Amino acid sequence: MTATDTISARDLSLTFNTNDGPVHALANVDLSVRQGDFVSLIGPSGCGKTTLLRVIADLEQPTGGNIVVNGVSPHEARLARAYGYVFQAASLYPWRTIARNIALPLEIMGLSKKEQKARVQHNLALVNLSGFEKKYPWQLSGGMQQRASIARALAVEPDLLLMDEPFGALDEIVRDHLNEQLLKLWDKTSKTVVFVTHSIPEAVFLSTHIVVMSPRPGRIIDVIESPLPRLRDLDIRETPEFLEIAHRVREGLRQGHSYED
Amino acid sequence: MAIFVVWIVAAVFLNTPFQNDTYARGKLENVPFSQLVTDTLNQERPVLPAPHQVGAELYNTTVKKKITSKRSLIFHSWITLSTALLGFVIGTALGVLLAVAIVHNRALDKSLMPWIIASQTIPILAIAPMIIVVLNAMGIQGLLPKAFISTYLSFFPVAVGMVKGLRSPEHSHIDLMHTYSASAPQTLWKLRIPAAMPYLFTSMKVAIAISMVGAIVGELPTGAVAGLGARLLAGSYYGQTIQIWSALVMASLLAALLVGLVSLANHFVLKRMGMS
Repeated sequence: MTATDTISARDLSLTFNTNDGPVHALANVDLSVRQGDFVSLIGPSGCGKTTLLRVIADLEQPTGGNIVVNGVSPHEARLARAYGYVFQAASLYPWRTIARNIALPLEIMGLSKKEQKARVQHNLALVNLSGFEKKYPWQLSGGMQQRASIARALAVEPDLLLMDEPFGALDEIVRDHLNEQLLKLWDKTSKTVVFVTHSIPEAVFLSTHIVVMSPRPGRIIDVIESPLPRLRDLDIRETPEFLEIAHRVREGLRQGHSYED
Repeated sequence: MAIFVVWIVAAVFLNTPFQNDTYARGKLENVPFSQLVTDTLNQERPVLPAPHQVGAELYNTTVKKKITSKRSLIFHSWITLSTALLGFVIGTALGVLLAVAIVHNRALDKSLMPWIIASQTIPILAIAPMIIVVLNAMGIQGLLPKAFISTYLSFFPVAVGMVKGLRSPEHSHIDLMHTYSASAPQTLWKLRIPAAMPYLFTSMKVAIAISMVGAIVGELPTGAVAGLGARLLAGSYYGQTIQIWSALVMASLLAALLVGLVSLANHFVLKRMGMS
């Protein structure tokens, strides 16, 4: 582990004990994420990518190995509110307006009303939702709700953003648009992002590093460092470099599957 | 409409035996059927009073009597109503507190819940006099002992409903609070309680209706001094069926009104929360 590693996992494993016997959600996972990286975890359902993200977030406890987040344990990192977490569903509270949803973590942190208001305004502007403060979640489209939930994660001002298939439930046009916005946001804020997805184009388009995972037991097969420039537009998806990385990811995924039957 | 038709037919049918006895004593024979109907619907102490008799009694005892009069149904209704409301407020508070404790403590969940359910299997008519007597011995008199019987009944639906409501937030909503490292009270106030509001109002509708029942039952063993329960008891002592029925009608009107008020509050609160 180097000093600049935001996340460092060594020989990490997690076994769930279910009625049908033990399930190896993660086995021998080694991962290091440097500060400022955009790392995608990609793999089929059940490969442990969400579990790995939840371990980083201290929402699951590993049963073996060790993991360091921001130089401390995930538990201490969570207590220090070192990360923002974006769920697959926007998970906005239906009884709060958009502004009050974004203010929720700030209320819990005990910030002053003035500071809360400033941060809400700032982060709404970042996700292009200014003017929607007083709307309730159900009055917004799915894409706008997810943007609001990203603003809520950013409002905590964490260095690390953990995103669990945030655009998985959205249609492709909205997803492309939000991917582009997310890249700009990442470039502007220089945060470290760990992003779970099962879309190859999404992973290749967004990431500096693509971590390919495979199920039973959940493990890492390949880590691909992307040669693409940090800031990209959607047209890059037609270039040979892009297609080459996408091909390597697809090969990795296929290799992972061949272990099964 | 259909209810009134059934009611009148039933009244004629049920009151006929007594009316026939009356005719026999008066040596009246071959009374025409129309006369029989008129008479059965206008007895002084019918087995089943006719709607218009109850209506007239209600009118006489509400509009025509002074509110302070002991014969005013409004006076009695107010006593029952205030008892029921006091019991309902205490019961709701108790139910919510129990639910909060149960949701936060696994041991309480296992140990308290069976007792809460067992408490409702005891017939309220059996335990009501005990509560009154015990509290009286402790020097607590007046409205409170009767209100406690309402509480005894009304805390149950609130406790059960709120346990369900406080546990209703989705997993991701609770995980979100974890990622903010929110304290248990913060999670309670900012997530669990708002999420439980629809459940609270649903159980409050049940609770307020049985609070009325509790208040009426509570008035029976107190010697039937005042209240709708007292009117029921006094009516049955003296065979005043019309008085009993008018008290019953009054009680159900009040219960309907209270449930309506809770529904109204439900509507406004959820609207303010942006949830309806």
